[in-house]
Amino acid sequence: MSEPGQKPRGASVGARLRWPALSLAALLLFNWFFSPTFFHLEIKGGYLYGTIVDVLNQGSKAMLLSLGMTLVIATGGVDLSVGSVMAIAGAAGALLVTRTHLPFGVIAPICLGAGGALGVANGLLITALRMQPIIATLILMVAGRGLAMLLTGGQIITFEQPSFVFFGNGHFLGLPFTTTVVALAFALTLWLTRGTALGLFLEATGDNETASRFCGAPTAFIKTLVYGFSGVCAATAGLIATANIKAADSSRAGEMMELDAIFAVIVGGTALTGGRFTLAGSILGALLIQTLTTTLYNLGLPPAIAPAPKAVVVVAACLLQSAKFREWTRGLVGRKAAA
Amino acid sequence: MSLPARRKFIPLLATALALAALFTTASLLYPGFCSRLVVANLFADNAALGISAVGMTYVIISGGIDLSVGSVVAATSIVAATLIGRHGWHPVPVIALSLLLGLLFGLGQGLLIQRFELPAFLVTLGGMFFARGLAFAVTPESAGINHPFYDWVQALRLPLGGRAGLPATALLFLAVFVVAAAASHLTSFGRNVYALGGGADSARLMGLPVAATRVAVYGLNGFASALAGVVATFYTGSGNPAMGAGLELDAIAAVVIGGALLTGGVGFVEGTLLGVLIFGTIQSALVFDGRLNSWWLRIAIGLLLLLFILLQKWISGRAGAARAE
Repeated sequence: MSEPGQKPRGASVGARLRWPALSLAALLLFNWFFSPTFFHLEIKGGYLYGTIVDVLNQGSKAMLLSLGMTLVIATGGVDLSVGSVMAIAGAAGALLVTRTHLPFGVIAPICLGAGGALGVANGLLITALRMQPIIATLILMVAGRGLAMLLTGGQIITFEQPSFVFFGNGHFLGLPFTTTVVALAFALTLWLTRGTALGLFLEATGDNETASRFCGAPTAFIKTLVYGFSGVCAATAGLIATANIKAADSSRAGEMMELDAIFAVIVGGTALTGGRFTLAGSILGALLIQTLTTTLYNLGLPPAIAPAPKAVVVVAACLLQSAKFREWTRGLVGRKAAA
Repeated sequence: MSLPARRKFIPLLATALALAALFTTASLLYPGFCSRLVVANLFADNAALGISAVGMTYVIISGGIDLSVGSVVAATSIVAATLIGRHGWHPVPVIALSLLLGLLFGLGQGLLIQRFELPAFLVTLGGMFFARGLAFAVTPESAGINHPFYDWVQALRLPLGGRAGLPATALLFLAVFVVAAAASHLTSFGRNVYALGGGADSARLMGLPVAATRVAVYGLNGFASALAGVVATFYTGSGNPAMGAGLELDAIAAVVIGGALLTGGVGFVEGTLLGVLIFGTIQSALVFDGRLNSWWLRIAIGLLLLLFILLQKWISGRAGAARAE
């Protein structure tokens, strides 16, 4: 927060959204020319089908994670545990649905609560014990996967409960239900951070924690809250991932998702150093990552190889944001012009 | 952060005590655990992890982090296996090439981190994705290695009496450990790494080659990862693009349990050896028990990591209080 309350926020956010929006547009343009079926949409039984819809549906997990991750990164932290929390929430959901007769309306809040509790535990390690975020969440990343395996006994637990299955595979308003979940989560996050003072405290904490504390901002509380929120987002994504395949697979659920989420946030224009953040940018970033993944699959690239080009794109995106890199390229251009 | 001389050794001592306690408990619980065979296997089974943990120690002491380790191990193993198995190369040039590629990969990451001030965890996260994708691009399946040279190396054993013996890979791990430990205490490079982790700005003001040191540390770790990959091919007799998933976390855990501070500047290569042995002891105990599943290893490592970080906080907090007095 360099000039609190002075500079119109809209302008800078708009400028930051430019890069992810341009990249997404470029990627879509590429598909327009090279993958004719990409924009093909059809209505079957009242539901919309097509690659674009697939991107929205498949990207829902990354979008949900990126919401929580944006707030975490805005405080200057990072949450590496989201993949493991996804696995734990999925395992808990599948267990509850198969072992008990509770309706999904009760099970889902329990799972989300569990995710939130794990997130708060992360937050307490970071605020009360002053641990580095990377390390605190690394512990849950390592141990959480084991915990999820323990819950399911290393087995893949399958289920058929209709409302749980609907959560990941159902349709609403002609679109996959997951899109509605993302839209609701986005609206809620946006309201929490822009409609209340929370966003201000958040950016203040990320910008200069010590100064904010002296100004009376509840920095420790904010940080703990933000990790808890990230846990809830991860648990939601975990339930979707589990419902998608109608099974809890503790070893694979949420694998590598933390990376997609972090990348979505950074590509979306929120700096890793904390401070200002843009939720819309992160959603764009998540869509960009998912569109890239889908495009690569459409081009016939095996899923196992897809991470390589993705990594190149993401590191390139970070380079473009790096002030040093811009300086360096300007230097190169300048030298050429002089010669 | 620097600790007073004697306090510096408290985490190391705690780690040694933890290892002794774990090993004693396991020996009391499981008959036959306290044997030369089990001890030799601690080194043999964890040679790849140990080598990458030694490399990681330098990175962490320098104040950085490298998440690409596991993927580099996988990429190295599959490149080596394909070149030997499918293209009929002799293993010696293949190994040299693998090590060179690992070194270059690490240097590349170091350059991005140093030159453009990108966060280390982000660049190496990208490296992790990149190397893993590359590994699968070479061959999606595991590839066996059948070569007289491999048979010869795999048959090498330093007999320790009885059925126990140290294979060549374990000896290589010990050699890497000795060289790395000596270099950290005796060379100017080692001191530069500590200075860099203690405070990059102060190091720069003292006229130390901060940029070169940082790039070199990542280069060295790339080299160590490739070496770990080569060791893994000897250990499993194959290359596999899925190999080493999660190895980076095990390596980081071993380093932290060994007493290094993730904020940089504090830690010992010797501690990392103890950390790796703790990891191996838990793993062996789980195998001996047979009732507990392998995922308990992950939980145990997570808890140990937590415990040791708390211990360090406590010690450095007390050190801070002592200074203030």
